[in-house]
Amino acid sequence: MALIEYRDALNQAFSEEIERDPNVVLIGEEVAQYDGAYKVTRGLWKKYGDKRVVDTPISEAGFIGMGIGASMLGLRPVMELMFWSFATVAYDQIINNAAQIRYMSGGLINCPIVIRGPANGGTSVGATHSHTPESWLANIPGLKVVCAATAYDAKGLMKTAIRDNDPVMFMESTLLYGEKGEVPEEEYLIPLGKADIKREGKHVSIIGHGRAILMGLKAAELLEAEHDISCEVIDLRSIRPLDEEAILASVRKTHRVVLVDENKPFCGVSAQIASMIQEKCFDDLDAPVQRVTSLDAPAFYSPQVEKLQFPEVHRIIAKVLAIS
Amino acid sequence: MNSLPDPSPVAKPEYSQAEINRKLTTSDRVELLRKMLQIRRFEQVGLSKYQGGKMSGFIHLYIGQESVAVGACSLMGEHDHVITAYRCHGHALAVGMSMNECMAELYGKATGCSKGKGGSMHFFAPDKNYWGGHGIVGGQTPLGMGLAYGIKYKGLKGAALCFLGDGAVNQGAFYECLNMASLMDLPVIYVIENNRYSMGTSLERSSVIKNCLAERGEVFGIEWAQAKGEDVDEVRAVTQIAIERAHNESRPTVLEFDTYRHYGHSVADAKHKGGYRAAEEIEKYKKDHDPIQLYKRQLIGEGILSEEQFTEMSDAAKAEADASAQFAEESPLPEAGSIFEDVYYEVDRGTEAGRTGKHFFND
Repeated sequence: MALIEYRDALNQAFSEEIERDPNVVLIGEEVAQYDGAYKVTRGLWKKYGDKRVVDTPISEAGFIGMGIGASMLGLRPVMELMFWSFATVAYDQIINNAAQIRYMSGGLINCPIVIRGPANGGTSVGATHSHTPESWLANIPGLKVVCAATAYDAKGLMKTAIRDNDPVMFMESTLLYGEKGEVPEEEYLIPLGKADIKREGKHVSIIGHGRAILMGLKAAELLEAEHDISCEVIDLRSIRPLDEEAILASVRKTHRVVLVDENKPFCGVSAQIASMIQEKCFDDLDAPVQRVTSLDAPAFYSPQVEKLQFPEVHRIIAKVLAIS
Repeated sequence: MNSLPDPSPVAKPEYSQAEINRKLTTSDRVELLRKMLQIRRFEQVGLSKYQGGKMSGFIHLYIGQESVAVGACSLMGEHDHVITAYRCHGHALAVGMSMNECMAELYGKATGCSKGKGGSMHFFAPDKNYWGGHGIVGGQTPLGMGLAYGIKYKGLKGAALCFLGDGAVNQGAFYECLNMASLMDLPVIYVIENNRYSMGTSLERSSVIKNCLAERGEVFGIEWAQAKGEDVDEVRAVTQIAIERAHNESRPTVLEFDTYRHYGHSVADAKHKGGYRAAEEIEKYKKDHDPIQLYKRQLIGEGILSEEQFTEMSDAAKAEADASAQFAEESPLPEAGSIFEDVYYEVDRGTEAGRTGKHFFND
């Protein structure tokens, strides 16, 4: 297996899907001639040309809506938002058009679009650029929401998302783009709705998604080494559809849960999962379900303080110890 | 920029002589009138059923504007597509949707075009290149551009006709579209149906206007034209130029048709008459600018139609609308189980993707 960056894993996914399906087209700000603001689409315009890799003006409502309209005619647009935070400008198109068109047309129209880009805080760019909208979007029936934490997952999930016939909101992370991971040479797909057990364990389940689950993994290592506590780490990978079985199976095994989540706490993804666990696994629980989320305030600019807002490793460890 | 014919009344006879209209047989022309009548009778019956408590929600009547949808949609070829806003009954019937499926949708029945899930504002028929029916003002303008993008991407000779109202021109997304459509050479035609009121706010109170709304296309380097929407020949002649531009040059156009709705913004708009617009104004438009009456007079004047034939046609349209109400009345309500259908393609089709993971969170 090759050790490649998360961004290059995505790049490979785009390249393979462009070659596989003539209806796949990458569209967004700076994706073509500039090679992508975060170099995720590096080299693709040179390789595939103007038709398949398309720059747009800074008009998120316009170009996201354009992608939705084109997908209704059978194209498979892969739309880049330079930051998922900018989805607010295109929210009407995503929520009212992409998500509702199939339902409101009684199933006559579908929308096989992927909208993708980084959705994370932690880069000292202020609150407007640091949203994690997976919880907002997973709230909307009709949308699918995916968060990839590793290079391997990013590639496999992206290829599946592009082939999916429903609108898929794909969350990446600027803090992960440069992280290397092993990616097989041969083609592979990862289904949406399948969680990944990133670490087996028996005492406490740490469940989450995106970069937060990598914090969970680090916490698990330290807990094992320093406290002899064995944590099972479940990476959801896909928020909607959600792998409920994997979550419940882990809780039934460990009887203790700490949910980690870069979302804000109110109605964050972990809130939904906490509700699910108490409803379906109440008798399996030996302790209340714990959550470690971003702190409940807008993202701080000052990097030293912003860091405190995240579900950092020490906060996860503290929660695990509190219920162990 | 404006290369289209002068829309002054003096020029009117020329529109019926425009090449695209000269091609019409007498029966084609009668069909245009019939289509307008069908839309009107459909909506009149719909209104009476609404008032009788048979349906709910909003109903935005198109009555008074029929010539715009009928004229423009009559020009559609195989790769021409239509999308519009929430005042969508006229366009739906104009592209060939049946009264039954439309009326049943108003009734919220399972036999409705959207299986009772869309309602008055959300009619769709992709098999007829009709993409709705959209509830958010201006929200369809990027979708219309996307249809044009799809047409061009596939290398087809076609156009996307995207209708919008005079209120929608003040939504930001519309200008993003004008810029992008021109920049990317997209075959989209924005058709502004200017009925002078965005809900209860008059044109003068909502828009800064130099000469007309369509000329806002000028700064984007987009060809534009303003014309009278009450004359179906004029609508066809002016729209055809835009369609040819889309087909042959892959360039966008902004059209503006002056028109008028006889009823309020929606059925919930009790203040329209004598409120934000004078009763005399409504009467004047009904008397002197009703597209059905105008075209009827024209066809009778040309000896193509008699009063008796008109009455027959009108009665037949009324009977068809009544029958559609009967059909809707007798149709079953959607099953509760259909609530979870048509949300996800993959779930509906029972694909592996649709069977993997939890898609719905009710329990």
